Amino acid sequence: MSDGKATIPKRSDLLLIGGLIAVGLALTAFVLLSRMSSQSDALTVTIRQDGEVVATLSLDEDAVYTVQGEDDAVNRVVIEDGAVFMEEASCPDRLCVKQGKIRYAGGSLICLPNGVVVEITGQDDLELDAVAK
Amino acid sequence: MGARRVAQYGLLIALAMVLSYVESLIPTFFAVPGIKLGLTNLVVMVALYRMSGWDAVIINLVRILLVSMTFGNAFSLMYAAGGGLLSGAVMILLKRTGRFRLQTVSIAGGIAHNVGQILVAMVLLETWQVSYYLLILWWSGLAAGLVIGFLTAQVVRRLPASLFGPGTAAERDGDGDEKGDGK
Repeated sequence: MSDGKATIPKRSDLLLIGGLIAVGLALTAFVLLSRMSSQSDALTVTIRQDGEVVATLSLDEDAVYTVQGEDDAVNRVVIEDGAVFMEEASCPDRLCVKQGKIRYAGGSLICLPNGVVVEITGQDDLELDAVAK
Repeated sequence: MGARRVAQYGLLIALAMVLSYVESLIPTFFAVPGIKLGLTNLVVMVALYRMSGWDAVIINLVRILLVSMTFGNAFSLMYAAGGGLLSGAVMILLKRTGRFRLQTVSIAGGIAHNVGQILVAMVLLETWQVSYYLLILWWSGLAAGLVIGFLTAQVVRRLPASLFGPGTAAERDGDGDEKGDGK
């Protein structure tokens, strides 16, 4: 019977640990591959103004969408090469423009003064965070 | 159950609770919930190797119940129970085969613990999208099991055998599994 004494690992030990590492590597490869493929499909860009969805666009297709708000408030959202960015905004601080490009699910561009939120949603949203502890 | 066994249970459950508390004081450095060392598994493994598989499971379940009522909530109870039961079952079975060293059993138990937690999460949250968590917790379970395995090996080697033996010298020299149940 094996006990706590430090002995040379047996063949069965090496086999089991090797198997566990192999499964871990397979998992790693699987997750990396599915991440890469999910970047190119099923990601959508949702544009909200004051909480209401004003446009739903595909991240795959290049597009320019201009959000018109009150008092000449303007946000120009550009989708290009699988990334979204705020090209132009009328807000004073222009933080949304400075946020740069986002390309993964869960990413968002937020322009508080104009109440505009641009969000990428997709299948690999991780939804566990709220409950898991 | 004799007074000796009651005392052993009390000692180990108290130790496991203290280690749970100590671990809860360590802030989580990682973004993913569930990554932790699992210090209490040290106590469970000592029970497994110095008493019996059943003793280890009972001590762990009582510890989980008490810790969840004291520091946790219903969710943490279910996660901990899922992880504890699966890792307990895996470690008992692997040890029974007699083919694996303590460190190997610990590594498999560490991974099984995290897999058990993810299974509970899948049921509770009704989602299949856990591959990312499974990946991270697989490796963290492996690493935690490695560390705890080495610690347990040191502790088991240094503990006086009389502390957990059922009484007689002959039984004490066994590893306490099949024959040393003492119930």
